[in-house]
Amino acid sequence: MSQLANFQSPISNLQSPTSIIGQRIPKLDAMDKATGRAEYGHDARLPGMLVGKILYARVPHARIVSIDVSRARKLPGVKAVITGADNPARKFGYGMDNTPLKHDKVRCYRDEVAAVAAIDEDTAEEALDLIQVEYAELPAIFDPAAALAEGAPLIHEDKKSNLFTRYNYSHGEPARAFDSADVVVEDDYALPYVTHSAMETSFCLAAFDLQGRLTLWSTTQIPFLLQRDLSEALGIPGRDIRVIQPAIGGAFGRGLDVYPFEPIAALLAKASGKPVRVAFTRDEEFMASATRQPARVHIRSAAKRDGTLWARDARLLLDAGAYISWGAVTPLVMMETVASLHRVPHARFDADVVYTNNPPTGAMRGYGNPQSTFFVETQMDVLAEKLGIDPVEFRLLNANRPNEETPQGLKITSCGLRECITEAAERIGWERRSQVTGKPQSPISNLQSPIRRGIGIACTINVGGGARIYRSDGCGATVKVDDFGRVTLVTGSTEIGQGSETALAQIVAEALGVRVEDVAVINSDTSIKPWDVGTHASRTTFIAGNAAWIAAQDARRQILESVAQGFKVSPDSLDIRDRMIFAKDDSIKPVAFDRAVRAMHYREGGVVVIGNGWYDPPTKLVDKDTYKGNISAAYGFGAQAVEVEVDVETGKVRVLKIVAAHDVGRAINPMYVEGQIEGGIQMGVGYALTEELQVRDGRVLNPTFLDYRVPTALDMPQIETVIVETADPEGPFGAKGVGEMGVTPTAPAIANAIYDAIGVRLTRLPMTGERVLKAIREKK
Amino acid sequence: MKQVLHLRVNGQDHAVYVPAHKTLLEVLREDLNLTGTKHGCELGECGACAVLVDGEPVLACLALPIELQGREITTIEGLADGATPHPLQTAFAELGAAQCGYCTPGVLMTAKALLDHNPHPSREEIRHALAGNLCRCTGYAKIYEAVERAAENAKMPK
Repeated sequence: MSQLANFQSPISNLQSPTSIIGQRIPKLDAMDKATGRAEYGHDARLPGMLVGKILYARVPHARIVSIDVSRARKLPGVKAVITGADNPARKFGYGMDNTPLKHDKVRCYRDEVAAVAAIDEDTAEEALDLIQVEYAELPAIFDPAAALAEGAPLIHEDKKSNLFTRYNYSHGEPARAFDSADVVVEDDYALPYVTHSAMETSFCLAAFDLQGRLTLWSTTQIPFLLQRDLSEALGIPGRDIRVIQPAIGGAFGRGLDVYPFEPIAALLAKASGKPVRVAFTRDEEFMASATRQPARVHIRSAAKRDGTLWARDARLLLDAGAYISWGAVTPLVMMETVASLHRVPHARFDADVVYTNNPPTGAMRGYGNPQSTFFVETQMDVLAEKLGIDPVEFRLLNANRPNEETPQGLKITSCGLRECITEAAERIGWERRSQVTGKPQSPISNLQSPIRRGIGIACTINVGGGARIYRSDGCGATVKVDDFGRVTLVTGSTEIGQGSETALAQIVAEALGVRVEDVAVINSDTSIKPWDVGTHASRTTFIAGNAAWIAAQDARRQILESVAQGFKVSPDSLDIRDRMIFAKDDSIKPVAFDRAVRAMHYREGGVVVIGNGWYDPPTKLVDKDTYKGNISAAYGFGAQAVEVEVDVETGKVRVLKIVAAHDVGRAINPMYVEGQIEGGIQMGVGYALTEELQVRDGRVLNPTFLDYRVPTALDMPQIETVIVETADPEGPFGAKGVGEMGVTPTAPAIANAIYDAIGVRLTRLPMTGERVLKAIREKK
Repeated sequence: MKQVLHLRVNGQDHAVYVPAHKTLLEVLREDLNLTGTKHGCELGECGACAVLVDGEPVLACLALPIELQGREITTIEGLADGATPHPLQTAFAELGAAQCGYCTPGVLMTAKALLDHNPHPSREEIRHALAGNLCRCTGYAKIYEAVERAAENAKMPK
């Protein structure tokens, strides 16, 4: 047991909520979105705006010998053509290894070598065709193992090797644990490239004012860090960069890094003297936005005969691609699953993050967790089978419990993992599952037909109280109340479609005793909103929710103190409900909320009501050598149980039903909690069965929806969502983050169900019909 | 080469002067400023740009306005009856069927065509009707519920 008894919440907000928390309140912008009025970046227009287009490399690894832009510059309608030669190479990005336009050499097909700004799309494209680039090709490396070989050509000559970083984590005595275990299993797993496929492609619009200050409209998720990143990339002070986020048509982690197209748009705007928009085409989006890291994994797991999970040892090789983004930090999350999903006394995790000439990878929903949950939870089933224990029972036996610290240093407070497992298993009808795993004799399969049915389960742990991957995990908020009782929350956090701004409005309305429709949320402009780290790690409802709560409490205190002064009573004796301020003992005549605020304005020595909030959770950066430490102030848990049909003649897998039980602490708005889980499951189904960015020799071969295969309405199963509430002591009203954990357990649950159906274990995603059929044949 | 085209959009006649190769999506968004119709792939694969032509769903990114003169084009901006939202719009808003909302206009127009032809579709019929509209946020679950709710509400007398 840890020191959790002393783990005091700074915000004692667990009092029973009244009418607003837990309600299925439609998003504040729901009607804007249902009427087409919501303004996305793609819809933004500025007078004189030009279209920016980027020329990418035609070879995966080469020296740039020359770039001739003379013909492009002469094309009527072209207002600017830029190359790396015109712009000093300013490094940016997590690895500080990328530049907006490549000057000396190109390292992947995605590399930007020139860009144009023109009066329209057609002219810009024609201009790109007129640019002549001469390359001197270099040997390229597409295999991360080959990139580590002695004498391998260097992707970045200023680095000693192609190894960017190596993570080595362990707890317990993993080396000896496998000798003292009763059962040991080991397997290789392979995870593919997948990509966000947000419906709105990447976008930015750059405009300079006459003082040389830049405004960038962007699909980013990190407006404040983008200020800094752009400052590095462009050599403009951060204070002269303003980032505006219009409505964002999906992000899913795509917006966690600065991309070259953003500084390029600014350079084009500078060169042309006009606002310049860069909107990716769909094939550009598939080719030039980030991907989830592909991974090759060797993992061993061990258990005691009595069913005690004993040890895990995972070795990973991660292909970062040609440049290092925040995606290179995903091993931190991967190791969390290896070391802390279920109780694991001994664990080891080693990962090499390697440069290749493949497309750069980045952050994507789950941030390493979909990969590691796949191999960890698949191997849990392999282990259970070898032990002769039912997979549900095995998980229940070893599941994380509330109020315990994992050997990795995660301080688990609220934890409903066992409830999630039980709910998911019961509702899928676990008892119908075949008793003898590995034999297609399931009572739900009809052996006369080629269709076999199976049931599987998988669990997840995910950060649910922020994630300290930067030195700060903070978010600021202000709450202003006007003369008419209109409340304005200005939050540092960003809405990317998930509904967080509505959850924040609910929290503020609850705190102030007003209605949700009284609360406006401002969250789109760095020149107005207080600082925030960004929308990532399922953190917004938890972190920004706590900040909004603190700000609302501050505003509430100011109003109640003013009323209390007038009536000569104690502020503590007053409360606010449904826009009325009253004394809990009925000692004063109730005062309307708006009137109380007006009274503060219309008096001598008056004050304006603005509440301030800042919340940075009680967590630590992990130790830089051991990687131990409590990275999040709360942890979300979940279990998904899946029923599938497998056609043994074609290998085709159809998911019939998924029960998703997730411990979210408390659902501020159950409708959007379900929305996060259901949408996560859709990505999980795609990861499991259909989605793969085919990268061959560094080139993306399937840059279209038709070939990439995002699940359509016909591919999706029935989903039953079960919200398990554990009232987290640190979360706003007990809430924990839910943005990512819908996606993490889906693929292993499906893999486990396929095994149940046909007795074949798939270790490579996606589990396409072709691969399933091949696996069936190989087993025979 | 540019030419004048006569288009009837949301019950209103427009004359636009555009190159003949411009798609309906481009003309709607860039020349008529009807930006509710979304650019998703420009390959006819995602459904984000679905509009109605004479009541049938059409992908605006593949349609040429030069062929649509004299036809009745309806976009998301024409779905509501004046200030009164269409039952589909109300249901989508109330049931959380729009998250990022980028696919929503295309989904709504496709769903309208479905309900106009088949006022009481089954869940299976809804899935088939919407199979060409990709959504990356919702897993489609709340979209089905909203279409069902809209069908339900349209039945009830006002």
